[in-house]
Amino acid sequence: MTLTFEDFKPGHFGTFGPRHVTRDEIIAFAGEYDPQPMHLDEDAANASLLKGLSGSGWHMCSLMMRMMCDGFLLNTASLGSPGVNEMKWLAPFRPGDDLMLDVEVLEARASQSRPSLGIVTFKCSTRNAKGQTISQMISPIMIGRRDAAPAN
Amino acid sequence: MRYLEDITIGHRRELGSFTFTAESIKAFAIQFDPQPFHLDEEAGRQSLFGGLAASGWHVASVCMKLLVEDGQRAKAEAEARGEVPAVGGPSPGFRDLRWIRPVLAGDTLTYSSEVVSARATATRPGWGILQSKSVAVNQRGEEVYSFLGSAFVPQRGAGA
Repeated sequence: MTLTFEDFKPGHFGTFGPRHVTRDEIIAFAGEYDPQPMHLDEDAANASLLKGLSGSGWHMCSLMMRMMCDGFLLNTASLGSPGVNEMKWLAPFRPGDDLMLDVEVLEARASQSRPSLGIVTFKCSTRNAKGQTISQMISPIMIGRRDAAPAN
Repeated sequence: MRYLEDITIGHRRELGSFTFTAESIKAFAIQFDPQPFHLDEEAGRQSLFGGLAASGWHVASVCMKLLVEDGQRAKAEAEARGEVPAVGGPSPGFRDLRWIRPVLAGDTLTYSSEVVSARATATRPGWGILQSKSVAVNQRGEEVYSFLGSAFVPQRGAGA
């Protein structure tokens, strides 16, 4: 059954993953969208503040999106998102990392302007297998209400 | 990338343009954001977006691509003047990212970036933190995307 606005209550929602990250995909994303040496080349990466090859922060954002999709969003009456309040890149992610995504609902409120949907604000965090927090995002998503959402 | 001391608040750079084809929208979405309105024209038409819409992370990643390319141009300009260009550090994150309007198949976005603040940091001697607001407008001049990013920049004679 498709999850609707009513299914999202403040508190812990779920933990998803692991998502294994390879060196090849880190380099492929960086080559297309963030071709800085620290994301492309081991020697340059070792000399950088991040001390070793790491993925682009925007790759992390995109991986979080995919983990949300696979975890619950493809089974939710998701209508898109107006933005991201805050994204913290707390630690680099590395080739070989197995990422876990923790999802918490901070707030769920009905839309004043659109009675057919509500706005759920999520806090999503990723961590690696050592338990180190990699990223933290606060972002609202518009979700259809049960009595209004057309099934699809 | 400039040194902290050389950065002017309000300094703006044009980053360039990018056209979101249906193929590129779907290719990104299959990998990272496979929601129906990013993958299928009909599902897009029936959604709040009103057409096949690019993932917001695609719009954001293209902005990063253009920011990096602009940084490479700025580096070449500095070298041509005989200067030693600054080498920037990583970014601790961003805030206030807004997907203001849908980006639909065929739209061309033009991106720019403007310095909002620059200050020394207590936690990393030799470095400062730069905040800049990046914006994208579509071919009709409508603002569709913006975010407030931050990044570490070296101080002259230190860091790097």
